[in-house]
Amino acid sequence: MSLALVVMLPFMGAVIAPQFAQAGRTAIAIASSVPSLVALMTLFPYWERLAGGNAVIQHVEWLPQIGLSLSFRLDGLALLFALLILVIGILIILYARYYLKKHENVGKFYSLLLLFQGAMLGIVLSNNLLLMLVFWELTSVVSFLLISFWNHKQDARRGARMALAITGGGGLALMAGVLLIGQIVGSYELEVVLAAGDQIRAHALYPITLALILVGAFTKSAQFPFHFWLPHAMQAPTPVSAYLHSATMVKAGIFLMARLYPALAGTEQWFYMVSFTGMITLLIGAYVAMFKHDLKGLLAHSTVSHLGLITLLFGMGTKLAAVAAVFHVVNHATFKASLFMAAGIIDHETGTRDMRRINGLWRYMPHTATLAMVAAASMAGVPLLNGFISKEMFFAEALELNLPGIWAYLPPLVATLAGIFAVAYSARFIHDVFFNGQPKNLPVFPPHEPPRYMKIPVEILVFACLAVGMFPAFSVGPLLFIAASATLGGEVPDYTLAVAHGFNLPLLMSFAAFSGGLVMYSQRQRFFDFHERFKEIDEKAVFESVVTWVGNLSERVTNKLENGSLQRYALLLFLTAFTVTLWPLTELGFSIGSNELSPVDYPSALGALVLIGAAIGTVVMHRQRLTSLILLSVVGLLVAVAFATFSAPDLALTQLSVEVVTIILLVLSLFYLPAQTPVETTAFTRWRDVGIALAAGIGMTLVTLALLTRPFSSISEFFLENSKPGGGGTNVVNVILVDFRGFDTLGEITVLAIAALGIYSMMKYTKLQAPATDRLGNPWSKDPHPTMLMQISRPLLPLALMVSVFIFLRGHNLPGGGFIAGLITAVALISQYIASGVDWSEQRVKTPYQIVVALGVAIATLTGVGSYAFGYPFLTSWFTYASLPVIGKFELATAMIFDLGVYLTVVGATLLALTSLGKLSDPSTKVSASHNEGGV
Amino acid sequence: MELVFALAIGTLTSTGIYLMLRARTFPVVLGLTLLSYGVNLFLFSTGRLVRDGQPIIGGADIYSDPLPQALVLTAIVIGFAMTAFLVTLALRSHADTGVDHVDGAEQSSTTKESSGREEADQ
Repeated sequence: MSLALVVMLPFMGAVIAPQFAQAGRTAIAIASSVPSLVALMTLFPYWERLAGGNAVIQHVEWLPQIGLSLSFRLDGLALLFALLILVIGILIILYARYYLKKHENVGKFYSLLLLFQGAMLGIVLSNNLLLMLVFWELTSVVSFLLISFWNHKQDARRGARMALAITGGGGLALMAGVLLIGQIVGSYELEVVLAAGDQIRAHALYPITLALILVGAFTKSAQFPFHFWLPHAMQAPTPVSAYLHSATMVKAGIFLMARLYPALAGTEQWFYMVSFTGMITLLIGAYVAMFKHDLKGLLAHSTVSHLGLITLLFGMGTKLAAVAAVFHVVNHATFKASLFMAAGIIDHETGTRDMRRINGLWRYMPHTATLAMVAAASMAGVPLLNGFISKEMFFAEALELNLPGIWAYLPPLVATLAGIFAVAYSARFIHDVFFNGQPKNLPVFPPHEPPRYMKIPVEILVFACLAVGMFPAFSVGPLLFIAASATLGGEVPDYTLAVAHGFNLPLLMSFAAFSGGLVMYSQRQRFFDFHERFKEIDEKAVFESVVTWVGNLSERVTNKLENGSLQRYALLLFLTAFTVTLWPLTELGFSIGSNELSPVDYPSALGALVLIGAAIGTVVMHRQRLTSLILLSVVGLLVAVAFATFSAPDLALTQLSVEVVTIILLVLSLFYLPAQTPVETTAFTRWRDVGIALAAGIGMTLVTLALLTRPFSSISEFFLENSKPGGGGTNVVNVILVDFRGFDTLGEITVLAIAALGIYSMMKYTKLQAPATDRLGNPWSKDPHPTMLMQISRPLLPLALMVSVFIFLRGHNLPGGGFIAGLITAVALISQYIASGVDWSEQRVKTPYQIVVALGVAIATLTGVGSYAFGYPFLTSWFTYASLPVIGKFELATAMIFDLGVYLTVVGATLLALTSLGKLSDPSTKVSASHNEGGV
Repeated sequence: MELVFALAIGTLTSTGIYLMLRARTFPVVLGLTLLSYGVNLFLFSTGRLVRDGQPIIGGADIYSDPLPQALVLTAIVIGFAMTAFLVTLALRSHADTGVDHVDGAEQSSTTKESSGREEADQ
């Protein structure tokens, strides 16, 4: 996994290097360059294999479920970019040693720089597109941190935010595009994706996939209309500008286009989207660069323009253009990085970057001036320098581009025009800065040459410009060949790298660009005046206002939806639920099914009428709380009757006992709550709510009717058939609860236990002031525990307990069981609390109910676990028949133990809930009104 | 009978939802209770309305569908737990904020302007 090591080295360095910050700038610079050097040495042995045209792929599975693997790929293209990243990285590290001031946070700077280097290496070496995305995002984040390195400057912070917003947004688009590729191809591994070019291009999703990927590439590589973030990123320290924003990171988008060239290129959509974007960017960048007075501003716009040039070359779609594009990536990186470094030196030595003030520096720093002039000449495309060769190739390709009709003139014209601008701004860079009179009020005067070692990185890069410019085939030929071959997926067209190809049309275009550019520069004042007439758009202000607008909009929307009112949320919830369910239901149709309606008998009709009336009465009377509660209990009782009528005795029993407990609970809560509900809403709100409620009610009616009148087949046959032989009980409902679906029941009693414990813990430290009088102002009765009630309730307890035991035991075969028995016990115990008070009852029931709850759940769980001991799955039941004198033959089943757990949980939970509420009152009120013991 | 049953469920749903949209905690609890009655009856009715039957082997000639009954039985008990929890929340909120409004505070502006309309609403 040596490739993974190459990627990991800078990350390790990012952790280790800052440890050397205390030892001074030289120490940390040396420490920081170690990862790059080791990485270069690791890559060196691969040259032989790559020269043979092979790619090295190293693969480790990571998350195969989503297609993400730690797989790395080294081929010509990856090697070319890796070398750029590593070599320029070392030079930047050396340069930054002298650029940064002693008091600055060098540890943070070098750490971030190495982090970036690792992320960038990750992008170019990833063989998995998802893995590449991770590194891609990482470069955006580190770029943000580096631009805002001087975070005390507002411009730096804003520039960083803008860069992050644009490149991060592009990253999202890219992610979508990559996911689409994964959907189309079925893999994220590059070798699969690159081989599936035809499949991708033929797919219906190709246009959208391409557009998304290109948005990712264009934002990263500062293509129009996303180009504006790059000039604002120049707030970063100059080493960062040289490294991230000219040589490497902004080339990530270019790299992506090159990487996916075999998979995506070669269609009309590719041609138009990429080449026209490139063309516009090329022109705009070159034009604006001309008018920038800031040295770095000029270089930044020139970078935008050159990135446009490379994009245009890729967009042309010919193989030679792709070769030229890869070549120009190298050339641009060398001359632009050296120019940025030179600009940094000038800034460092004069204290300003304003070209209207720094003039005539030739006299003060001839060495730097020479280096900068050579690099700038390369940028302009002067012969014998590397910029010239790739520019000639570009001109040649622009001529080759066969657009229909008059459009055929467009590419050569744009190319020449951009060439003219490039010559003009390069001339300005040379003439304005190093000649053109004397410097004007420089903050640092007189400027002098920088430290010796600060110039070495510039010298190396300028030497590279010269070497490539004069001996292209010898210096860069082999590397370019394998990179081009990797980009194109094998076949490389015939091309010759030569200083001159004789007198031809491209040379003529170069000549035109030169003369035009020099004329333009000599007449620059007129152009400046012309440009002055247009109001310059401050992208930063526009961007900030857009951000503010979006922020305000989202805040307004949020505030509209989320105003903190639960009442409103309930409304939205019901509306959403209604809307969401309405659509599929209308598709089904609310129609009455084929089954005939069963006849209505008078008792049932009367019961339904009372139920409907009581429900409506509950609503109408809801401001008189006690009255509406009484009406509610009528509804509950009739629901129990309905269960009994329609052959569900267990449900009727459960509903009946739950009803008792619920009403006691609600009456108890009314003791503390206001007795009446005030009118707070407008008539409109109430009618709106009535509308929603009616709509939902009508919907439910129709759904129920549609359901009830359709024939159905149920899986219940299984339960009816197996209840007796499999579960040993004839009450199928109970057998389902404790046996067939015992695991569900276990979950349900657990929920019950949690709810009860929640109530207990929520009420334990809550004290509510009990009212001293009732709502009419009458004092409470002096006798909180009437003797008659007390006397009747006490003998009732053993009777009720006996009934619950009976219900419990017969539950497996006849209506009953743990749930119902538990509720009956609970009601019996609660009646003691009501009649005799909390204190009296607690003296007699010593076990805290939370223990009962826990015991219940534990018994039920252990019954389930017990079946493991016999080698059966969880909750397997076992039963047999035993016989005793007097009672006769009866059944013994483990399900009964489980039911005991249910029983205990229900008793414990119910009483825990009710007694928690009953003990709410502040003890101080006990003295004045001792009514609160019973609670009611 | 099916129509009557469906109407009962519809009424319980309507009344439940209307009360749940009220501003005070107690009506909301009542509304939730009504709504759970409706939901329980609806779930129960998926086994269709069977008369004079039992879900008990040998207990009757007609068997009613035991599965929805088992589901509803636990739903009733869980529904009680939920109601109890909601009541507790209401009481706790009343103890902490001093009002029984679901939003934890009175809407002062509306209280004033609506106090005069109290009669009309009753």
